Amino acid sequence: MQPLQPSAKAASPKLESNSNSNSNSKRNGISLQTKETLAGFLFVGPMMIGVTVLTLIPILATFMLSLADWNFIAGFQQMKWVGLDNFERLFQDAAFLKSLKNNAFFLLTVPVYLAVSMLLAVIIDKHVYMKGYFKVAYFMPYISSVVAVAIVWQVLFHPSNGPVNQLLMSLGIDNPPKWIADPKFALPSLMMISVWTSIGFNMIVYIAGLQSIPRDLYEAADIDGAGTWVKFKSITFPQLSSTSFFLLVTGIISTFKVFDLIAILTKGGPISSTSMIVWYLYDTAFVNLKIGYASSMAVVLFACVMLITVLQWIGQKKWVNY
Amino acid sequence: MTITKLERIRKSVITLLMLAVSILFLLPFIWMLSSSFKIEADVFKYPIEWIPSQWHIVENYREVWVGKFPFYKYYWNTVKVTVLTTALSACVSALAAYGFSKIQFRASKYLFLIVLATYMIPHQAILVPQFILYRSIGFFDSHLGLILLSSFSVLGTFMLRQFFMGVHNEYIESAKIDGAGHWRIFWKIAFPLVRPAVATYAILRFIWTWNDYQNPLIFLRTDKLYTIQLAMQKFTTINGEFYSLMMAAAVSAIVPLLIVFVIGQKSVIEGIALGGVKG
Repeated sequence: MQPLQPSAKAASPKLESNSNSNSNSKRNGISLQTKETLAGFLFVGPMMIGVTVLTLIPILATFMLSLADWNFIAGFQQMKWVGLDNFERLFQDAAFLKSLKNNAFFLLTVPVYLAVSMLLAVIIDKHVYMKGYFKVAYFMPYISSVVAVAIVWQVLFHPSNGPVNQLLMSLGIDNPPKWIADPKFALPSLMMISVWTSIGFNMIVYIAGLQSIPRDLYEAADIDGAGTWVKFKSITFPQLSSTSFFLLVTGIISTFKVFDLIAILTKGGPISSTSMIVWYLYDTAFVNLKIGYASSMAVVLFACVMLITVLQWIGQKKWVNY
Repeated sequence: MTITKLERIRKSVITLLMLAVSILFLLPFIWMLSSSFKIEADVFKYPIEWIPSQWHIVENYREVWVGKFPFYKYYWNTVKVTVLTTALSACVSALAAYGFSKIQFRASKYLFLIVLATYMIPHQAILVPQFILYRSIGFFDSHLGLILLSSFSVLGTFMLRQFFMGVHNEYIESAKIDGAGHWRIFWKIAFPLVRPAVATYAILRFIWTWNDYQNPLIFLRTDKLYTIQLAMQKFTTINGEFYSLMMAAAVSAIVPLLIVFVIGQKSVIEGIALGGVKG
């Protein structure tokens, strides 16, 4: 904001003198509309500069770099244009395909936490005392830092000494899974943590959705003698469809961006069982420094998110109606 | 009468059940807190000692805060980065939101479309060019660079624009007739009217920046610049075997968020419910 201040201040006296009376504006040489345009540019300027430099130019650069073979350390001279080679390699790269598959599997978390969140929202909204406490309690994992949460789970899931396995062993399970250290259980473990952290956010949005359902619908159902389940099935669930749709889309998009949990807990392992697109991208770009190849992954990531967004626009018109 | 009484009993039973579920849900936090108070040997004791038999609070927290790997430094870094990012981002977003909603100029529509379009771009898709850009202009490995990265929030601009649009144009027109320019109208009239919305956005931005792990990981390299999230991970690699210390570090990282959340709880929940916003 600081850099804007002087220039905007300098502009404002002129603006003020100008708007004193409209007839003055012509004499001053600059029309009122020009002043308005100038003010407009000054107000949106910082944002536009930031977005251009930090988002627009980089996304164009991502597309360009995806066509190059380049190792960052080698310097610009070593950059080679290879056309679509990166993409061809990408879809034969077992590690990348494995990551894509893991991403697809991770999608399962979305319907699970949506269902749990909706159930909790319905219960908390109407059927309990101490609503405030419950909102905060379920929201805790969302506001807590991912690193702290991940570290706690890392210890809880500790293969031999962790409380989770101690509990399982005391219940008579002799060989409990090694959780994040076990290739079979690592991804499901991450998914469990992800469900746990996502419930709060989705529940809050559902509660807001519930509060916008007209009361008279329920009153009418009461007069007809409808039970709790019937009311849920024929009023609550359909009335929440736009909320559900919105949460489904944002949920799906967020599974494409999963990174923190992997980076802290598993680093893609064991034996790349928890590698996902963004992790593989990070690993390729910032550990192996293959800039071009990583950029082609970024393009695929961008395309996936874009596709879902477009489907959302189409779907919103067709799917969401009560 | 009997129906309302029955209703009340039912509600109480459900509340009790939900209470049990919520405690189960919060168990990892409770375990974290209790472990941070223990001596190392008791952390993995089973059955779990929820209330430590031997207290070690002062020693654990002192080691974390002023020990070999002093947290107070990283705390200060994080406070600095988070507060500056929040302030800058709220200002830039509020200015742009006012510009897009209350100033009529021809380019406005197109510029807003451009901003809107960038919202769809996942941040990870532009990390590599951002990294190269930062390396070449010297913003890499600096707090300034880190702050700038999250200061141009499309989300904040959307959110605040909605609220500025709710400010009646008559206020602005009459202020103009009285001779005020947009700069003065913004600060004296429009901004005070949308202050609650700005506060909501600021609290959310604070939480997201405080929790940010990915940007510091990629854009910081020097030890002494680390934010708390990075420091915590480093801490666990150094003190890997000392779980009580790790938990004390985790508690320290969460506490400021809890305070901010409890103070701003209403606006956070409203803000999230309103826009369904996500970091």
